Amino acid sequence: MLETIQSLALGFSVALSPGVLWYGFIGCVVGTLVGVLPGVGPLAGISLLLPVTYGLDATRAVVMLAGIYYGAMYGGSTTSILMRIPGEAASVMTCIDGYAMARKGRAGAALAIAAVGSYVAGTVSVIALMFLAPPLASFALRFGPAEYFSLLLLGLLVLAYMNSGSMLKGLAMAALGLLLGMIGIDQMSGYFRFAYGIAELGDGIGVVPVAVGLFGLAEILLTAGMKNPPEVIKPRMRELLPSRQEWREANAPIWRGTVLGFLIGIIPGSAHVISTFVSYAVERKISKHPEEFGKGAVAGVAGPESANNAATSGAFVPMLALGVPGSPVAALLLAAMMVHGVTPGPLLINSDPRLFWGFIASMYVGNVILLILNLPLVGLFVNLLRVPYPVLYPSILVCCILGVYAVNGSVIDVWIMLVTGVLGYVLRKLDFETAPIVLGLVLAPMMELSLRQALSLSGGRYEIFVTRPISATLLGVGAVLVLLALRPLITRTLDWRSRLPAEEA
Amino acid sequence: MVTTDRAAGSALVVIGLIAVWESRRFPLGSLHRPGPAYMPTLLALLLIVFGVAVVLLGSRSQRLSEVGWHEWRHAVGIFAACAFAAWGLDRLGYRLTMGAVLVFLLFVLERKGVILTAALTLAIAGGSFLLFDTLLRVPLPRGPFGL
Repeated sequence: MLETIQSLALGFSVALSPGVLWYGFIGCVVGTLVGVLPGVGPLAGISLLLPVTYGLDATRAVVMLAGIYYGAMYGGSTTSILMRIPGEAASVMTCIDGYAMARKGRAGAALAIAAVGSYVAGTVSVIALMFLAPPLASFALRFGPAEYFSLLLLGLLVLAYMNSGSMLKGLAMAALGLLLGMIGIDQMSGYFRFAYGIAELGDGIGVVPVAVGLFGLAEILLTAGMKNPPEVIKPRMRELLPSRQEWREANAPIWRGTVLGFLIGIIPGSAHVISTFVSYAVERKISKHPEEFGKGAVAGVAGPESANNAATSGAFVPMLALGVPGSPVAALLLAAMMVHGVTPGPLLINSDPRLFWGFIASMYVGNVILLILNLPLVGLFVNLLRVPYPVLYPSILVCCILGVYAVNGSVIDVWIMLVTGVLGYVLRKLDFETAPIVLGLVLAPMMELSLRQALSLSGGRYEIFVTRPISATLLGVGAVLVLLALRPLITRTLDWRSRLPAEEA
Repeated sequence: MVTTDRAAGSALVVIGLIAVWESRRFPLGSLHRPGPAYMPTLLALLLIVFGVAVVLLGSRSQRLSEVGWHEWRHAVGIFAACAFAAWGLDRLGYRLTMGAVLVFLLFVLERKGVILTAALTLAIAGGSFLLFDTLLRVPLPRGPFGL
């Protein structure tokens, strides 16, 4: 403990040195700007700016890139809340209640809660990262293909169970998303599936065009032609900050989201996406007013935003402790470290303590910088809502098209956005939730690969899923959820049976 | 009686059937050694099952005829503008395509004035190109005359 605190003091002496602090600040500013622009997420932002760091020493370079990452995660919530455009899959859940809060005139409060939630989650999870990195990383290593498959299946069941509508409709949408995720090259056999000669579909359907289509474009298609378009919102200065009641409503979800996000973030894969879905689902399930979710519930913003940022730190656990990147962004940071001659892994703490602890301390400092940077910007961003909707939506549409195109430089992605936009429009008209489609799409390739790898390892025996303790536990929890979901159906059937004699009489 | 759930469930069944039909092009493999068609077929069958269940349990949902589609003209206009953008980006370049989309949306669909339309079109189409292509170096397509 004392040794950790001494090491952290060393880290702060590095992170607060003017040179490192300056690059951390630049990283946070650039990251926030990158995050606010739809389509340019943290991955694209770091990729674009990686060459800029070549001239810097390893510590400054890593601190700056981590600042871009955090900044982009902070900034990503802005377009989700103000325009219902998720810059990446992790912002999808923020769109739902964040945008609803904005339409109710609480955009400033939503942005402030997102910023503070992100700050709390980021700071707490860095502390957890410091103390828990080695044991948690070794636990995460016990996840083989069977455990992954069970975890992903559980993730889908949790989401469907905690759906506001029926679990059946949630599962149907998740199955549709999983089916869409089958498009592209099969990772194990190399077959080109359902691509119909379109080379761009080889890597599968991108998450960004689908998310922007289902949320951004569908919203425009629904709203732009309304007889009474959304009123222009003119926020007053005192309305920019959350009320005492809103802070109270946000408090517990922020902490729950932090714990959930950090724990889920440790597991390699698209964990930060899953953490937001799980956090939203948990908040809705335990809320005293679940009917408010989707209509501007504070917890619907606070939980997922905190989970998202906590998972960001969680993803650094396997990267720093084991040298195993848990996400594409972590892989890019790992590559950046290696470019600068640093090899992350168990030996990093001893071989380069200045970099390791400087990086950890810079996360604290980065979170403070982002909070200071983002809260005053809330007022600036919210002014977007002053623009009348008939003028605003063409600009949003251009952002959607540009953002989707910029990811891969492909018009196929724009077509995908268009098709999923219409799908989202029709599904919302028919009262179906579209978020499970995005989760299904994200999980499909991992799920299929895990299933087939697990079966290869076990020689084709399905027992592997129930004989391994972690996998069996996860499946058991999933089975309980299904049974709980079926309970009302059985109860209703019994009610019908019990009424029968009376009706016959 | 056609309800929203029944209509949606039927559509899911149709999608599932199409996916099953299309999956036959790839080796299915076996239960113990799944091939590339295994998971898509499994998911398509699941989708069919869910679709049928949604249809069967969907009698209490809203009638399809009661769903308001009054904004459909506007939606078609926006859809057409997006389709034009997807068609034109690589052919006409970013600035011309987005300019045309914005003129259509603002002037034709929303009936805004010429000056406002022109100002917004120039600012958004030109400004976004400057920010992304010139400053952020995200390559955006150029059309005739390098526009």
